[in-house]
Amino acid sequence: MKDRLDEQTIALRAAREFADGSVVNLGYGMPGLCANLIAGDKTVFFQSENGMLGYGSLATDEEKDYELINASDQPVTPRPGMCFFDSAAAFDMIRGGHIDVVVLGAYQVSERGDLANWGRPGRPATGMGGGMDLAVGARRIIVTMLHTTKDGGPRIVKECTYPLTARRCVSLIITDLSVIEVTGDGLLLKEIAPGWTVAEVQALTGADIRPAADLKEIQL
Amino acid sequence: MVNKIFDSCSEAVVDIFDGATVMIGGFGSYGGLPINLIVALSGQGAKDLTIIANMGGVGYELSHRIKPGGYQDSGILFENGQVRKFIGSVPALGGMPPTSPLEILFNEGRVEIEMVPQGTLAERLRCGAGGLGGFYTPVGAGTTVAESKEKKVIDGREYILELPLTADFALIKAYKADTFGNLVYRQTARCFNPVMAMAAKVTIVEVDELVPTGQLDPEIIVTPHIYVNRIVEVPR
Repeated sequence: MKDRLDEQTIALRAAREFADGSVVNLGYGMPGLCANLIAGDKTVFFQSENGMLGYGSLATDEEKDYELINASDQPVTPRPGMCFFDSAAAFDMIRGGHIDVVVLGAYQVSERGDLANWGRPGRPATGMGGGMDLAVGARRIIVTMLHTTKDGGPRIVKECTYPLTARRCVSLIITDLSVIEVTGDGLLLKEIAPGWTVAEVQALTGADIRPAADLKEIQL
Repeated sequence: MVNKIFDSCSEAVVDIFDGATVMIGGFGSYGGLPINLIVALSGQGAKDLTIIANMGGVGYELSHRIKPGGYQDSGILFENGQVRKFIGSVPALGGMPPTSPLEILFNEGRVEIEMVPQGTLAERLRCGAGGLGGFYTPVGAGTTVAESKEKKVIDGREYILELPLTADFALIKAYKADTFGNLVYRQTARCFNPVMAMAAKVTIVEVDELVPTGQLDPEIIVTPHIYVNRIVEVPR
């Protein structure tokens, strides 16, 4: 078995996409790790849909305050200049296009950038939380996920078979094997995990991927 | 002047009736959840409730085990069989095992779920609070959320019509209240509490601290007192 990137590395790669001064929302699970992976010379304003802008990193055990949590229920640290507001105001920011980047997990992403990240077969009671609002409202949607399912099946597909979160919304997919841009002309493989070939990644992908002219090893 | 101060949570929820619609503030787990009012309602025993809340909770046993500070969610009301319908954005978490009381009851066909995207939930509450008849949102267009809803294309983008939410009661958690019922919140414990406080006929609030009227700076009050009917101080 060849090595794949671990979750920390996938999150680190995603965090490299945040411009200095940008407003970023981190979705449930792996995306939350990005809060701890911001380079020291960069300022990123993390927004959380439970009503907070400008928190710091994930809190250590000693720092935990359960009235200072992100939307994944993880305690975070305060930071000078942070502010609080209610849920309605939080989603005005989101729907109104005031969030530069959101990083979301996914079950499936289609070759056109359709996103399925909240429901799966056999679990009709699981909900979408703020995922639909974020997928529709944020200016740029980055998905972080494992390239394949537990059974080895593709998560990047021609058509999503899981319930949709939103259509044609994903810009960039970062997995344990690749960085793929969703373009009007299909999926563009921009970066690839060390030791993997395009053919090997293509074999684990349910839609056609086209290697970029300047295809690189994953850039951290 | 009506006295809004109640001595206990159980006295404050005594008239929640069978078939009532009840909003539960907070986000879902710790931080802003009116847990003492929820436990009081579970003891009071009202049935056939419609619960409007962001999350359905993981249930008493699991919540008690994994959450600091003990039991912290609304699952106890489902476990007790008090709920007929749930309206919210996360009835159950996909990342957790399918063992939450709400998910089990739903799978057995014993409770109805209306799944609402979280921002749409907040805005439906604000519409209910503010006397509006609904709003068009792009969120949910082209998904299962849009089924059987009116659609409208505005400037080339597809929107769906969402309707307001109101309730007979709201259970709210705030940080401080004055005796009028003006409220302030603490950090992310604000979340759904202010919009729900404004959207119900009877709003019942548990607070960490009750202070004399005049002691809260008018510039920082988040929920004006006219939205608050009952206050219980539960020191933490």
